[in-house]
Amino acid sequence: MKIAIDHYIILSTILFCIGVLGVLIRRNAIILLMCIELMLNSVNLLLTAFSTYYGDASGQLFVFFIMVVAAAEVAVGLAILVMIYRNTKSIDINFLKNLKG
Amino acid sequence: MTELFFYIFSFISILTALLVVFSKNPIHSVLYLIVTFFTIAGQYILMNAQFLAIVHLIVYAGAVMVLFLFVLMLLNLNENAEPKKDLILKIVSIISSGLLFLTLTAALKDAETSQPSIATNENLGLVKNLGNVLFKEYVVPFELSSILFLSSMVGAVMLGKKEQTTNN
Repeated sequence: MKIAIDHYIILSTILFCIGVLGVLIRRNAIILLMCIELMLNSVNLLLTAFSTYYGDASGQLFVFFIMVVAAAEVAVGLAILVMIYRNTKSIDINFLKNLKG
Repeated sequence: MTELFFYIFSFISILTALLVVFSKNPIHSVLYLIVTFFTIAGQYILMNAQFLAIVHLIVYAGAVMVLFLFVLMLLNLNENAEPKKDLILKIVSIISSGLLFLTLTAALKDAETSQPSIATNENLGLVKNLGNVLFKEYVVPFELSSILFLSSMVGAVMLGKKEQTTNN
């Protein structure tokens, strides 16, 4: 346990910002979902680091619950994507601006 | 030794995360993201959070990324499927994410970070300890997550079902 916690903070910040960059720069909806996974993972890493350094197991359980929610989110998100693809023959997110409520 | 592994894992994870964003072929993105997840699991092992490392590997590399790969291959997208974004939009998105990074680091720089506590429990991340905490303090969220899984499964099946062609 020799690594300072600042290094974990910097690493998670970099990974989170790469995820944000991917969400902003890509138009492929699957890659957007993958970048969201990347952001979730950076937050998980930081939570685990804090929990380990503080000596409290609750943080690691929060990470466990985040993983549960992320798995459910990916299942529903990919189902929605397949449905969008079936209707528009494309997964470009710009098609979604034609949605009408 | 731990520091060396930490820097190697960090370097690989940042590199592959950038490759996820910038590679043209979505299949390559999925494969790079799997490498990123493996390095993050390595970080968990360095922190002695063995339960999380294994669950992370099983859930992300095992289930989620396979789901992504299946959907990609099902949709049969090639590299030209994604239209180009405007250059100005790219520049704006790079600048805004860079600004976000600067703001976050500036905010976190002044945060009071204490040194690792001396009385760190070495068994903190093992299955026995985490299971004790999970089933003593977090039973209700655990049960609720099962309901969440059930509803998400029902939702995914309902969404993925072929629509009746008589509707339109």
